Amino acid sequence: MDFNRIQEKLNILADAAKYDVSCASSGSDRTNRNKGLGNASKMGICHSYTEDGRCISLLKILLTNHCIFDCAYCVTRKSNDVQRAAFKIQEVVDLTINFYRRNYIEGLFLSSGIFKSADHTMERLVAVAKKLRVEENFNGYIHLKSIPGASDELMYEAGLYADRLSVNIEVPTISGLKLLAPDKKHEDFTKPMLKVRNEIVKYNAEHKIIKSTPKYAPAGQSTQMIVGASGETDKDIMYSATYYYKKYQMRRVYYSGYVPVAGDSRLPAIGSQVPMLRENRLYQSDWLLRFYGFAVNEIVNDDHPNLDMDVDPKLSWALRNMHLFPLDINKAEKALLARIPGVGMNSVNKILHARKFRKLNWGHLKKIGIAFNRAKYFMVCDSKNWERRDLDAAKIKGLILQNSTGKFRKQYGNQLALFN
Amino acid sequence: MKPSTTLIYDGSFNGFLTAVFVAFDEKINVADIQKNSEVQNGLFSETETVFTHVEKAKRVWNGIRNKSHNAISNVYFAFLSETEGVELMLYTYIQKLMTTKSGKQIDYSDNIVLYINQLARKVGREKHRMEAFVRFQLTKDDIYFANIEPDFDVLPLISKHFRNRYADQQWLIYDVKRNYGIYYNLDHVEMVSLNLKDIHHNKIRKSDAFVNEEYDYQTLWNDYFRSTHIKSRINPKLHRQHVPKRYWKYLSEKKQAV
Repeated sequence: MDFNRIQEKLNILADAAKYDVSCASSGSDRTNRNKGLGNASKMGICHSYTEDGRCISLLKILLTNHCIFDCAYCVTRKSNDVQRAAFKIQEVVDLTINFYRRNYIEGLFLSSGIFKSADHTMERLVAVAKKLRVEENFNGYIHLKSIPGASDELMYEAGLYADRLSVNIEVPTISGLKLLAPDKKHEDFTKPMLKVRNEIVKYNAEHKIIKSTPKYAPAGQSTQMIVGASGETDKDIMYSATYYYKKYQMRRVYYSGYVPVAGDSRLPAIGSQVPMLRENRLYQSDWLLRFYGFAVNEIVNDDHPNLDMDVDPKLSWALRNMHLFPLDINKAEKALLARIPGVGMNSVNKILHARKFRKLNWGHLKKIGIAFNRAKYFMVCDSKNWERRDLDAAKIKGLILQNSTGKFRKQYGNQLALFN
Repeated sequence: MKPSTTLIYDGSFNGFLTAVFVAFDEKINVADIQKNSEVQNGLFSETETVFTHVEKAKRVWNGIRNKSHNAISNVYFAFLSETEGVELMLYTYIQKLMTTKSGKQIDYSDNIVLYINQLARKVGREKHRMEAFVRFQLTKDDIYFANIEPDFDVLPLISKHFRNRYADQQWLIYDVKRNYGIYYNLDHVEMVSLNLKDIHHNKIRKSDAFVNEEYDYQTLWNDYFRSTHIKSRINPKLHRQHVPKRYWKYLSEKKQAV
């Protein structure tokens, strides 16, 4: 191994790949075969965390950062003056295997700048995955980036070796895409997505009849959107996320607060704040859609196109729908319990179990672990001292904010600072 | 009323299950269940030493499992937490479980049930952390070696995970705190205890027990780790929350920080 060369390449190509936020290594059902190396079944593991608190579970690198495109938001765009490098296929394979054997990673996340053509690039990505699976008998997790515009044949082959495939649509609106990435067409993104979705549907159908059908992308597809680069509203983002969840059966949509990497007049200037709070609220909404049974138009709609920054989306929804509350925690059905602010799905399940034994009061609920400060305005239970005052939504919001602390509080505190 | 009795067992999980069996079988009014290494005599109770009996232990295990799979893993996980006084809590937990018609419903409003559940969660979290934070180093004998120092005794819980994953390499994970390890010899996992001259946590000094290439890969991993953060998003508090400081000395990517 030529250590110095590899080290230099790794530094360049890992640095360029870090803006991809997807780090999932779960959801696959690939088990160890023939006493080979690795096991990617079920749960994911975060082997370490970056100093910004994101999970490191995969070796996330670009095959190369040479690129023929010039997308304004991207750090490896053609016109950016950065050092360029490219890995050989064998080098990526060796790195992956050796990191995996030392229990550093769950597998490989391989993306790439587009050199020559989409198909040419995709072919190389597939070759890495194939070598790992066939020659090294590697059963760890592989996440491949589908290159926009890649042909159906290559996408089919990619799914045979990878656990997850993803195309980042990056800009949630078509008009934004025209502005920021004029070389790319919306169809280029959706074509590989559609092919992969169709293959997964086909695999699921065949697998029911023939158990030995070769696996096809068992951990499904995901995508990513940049937040705060093209002036879109939260409604635009959540609606297009819902579209991708439904139409392409995405396992995950990731939201990435735009980190300014380019001095371009179409984008926020370098040094401007990364919209982390907004990103956080979007993820909260995403969870409400996927696990709490909310519909997207309950969270954002024409009257309410942006999420509240000072309260979470569920509380915000509850405050707009005060007529539904308070709920009786000992009687309400599961779907309604899940809508009480400050009560998560874990607590909902515990409550459902526990209330078969006795009527629950505040003491029980606190021990179960609900966020009492938020929840108490929206429910009654087997305690006498429930909230009797007839408070309106604005009052409740004020009380909750007064009696709580939040890590983002200084960003939206509407109280004026005394000294500055 | 029968006088209360303190049961003494040998400290193993099977020993504990045998004690539970004896308590049920002889209808003992249990004052406490204690390890023979840390016996404290009660003022008004008798003591009885229980000899581990695998068949009896198995009957208790099966009895709990037939009630609920969830409960048996809770009992095992909570036992491994080595918390003081957990045995008596577990005994009460098992008693409560046996009186319910179906073990499927869990009474989260009961203090002991909730406590055992939370304890099992804690141990589960530590197990998961160890699956993540073990860092193998390749020795000259071609064994991938790692030291750990977990809060709870999780080696028995992680053995299957590593066996399934690293089926084609020899590996050894050694618990420095409890002085035993598990070794996989390409066929099965066995328990070993070593006379470790030094503990291989992060040192800048290289040990000659490992192959040269090992340190190259550690450097690469370190470099990779450093290039993954985005400067404008740095959040040290969150980082420490996910990777608590007590684990740093065995994590090669935190070499500089230790």
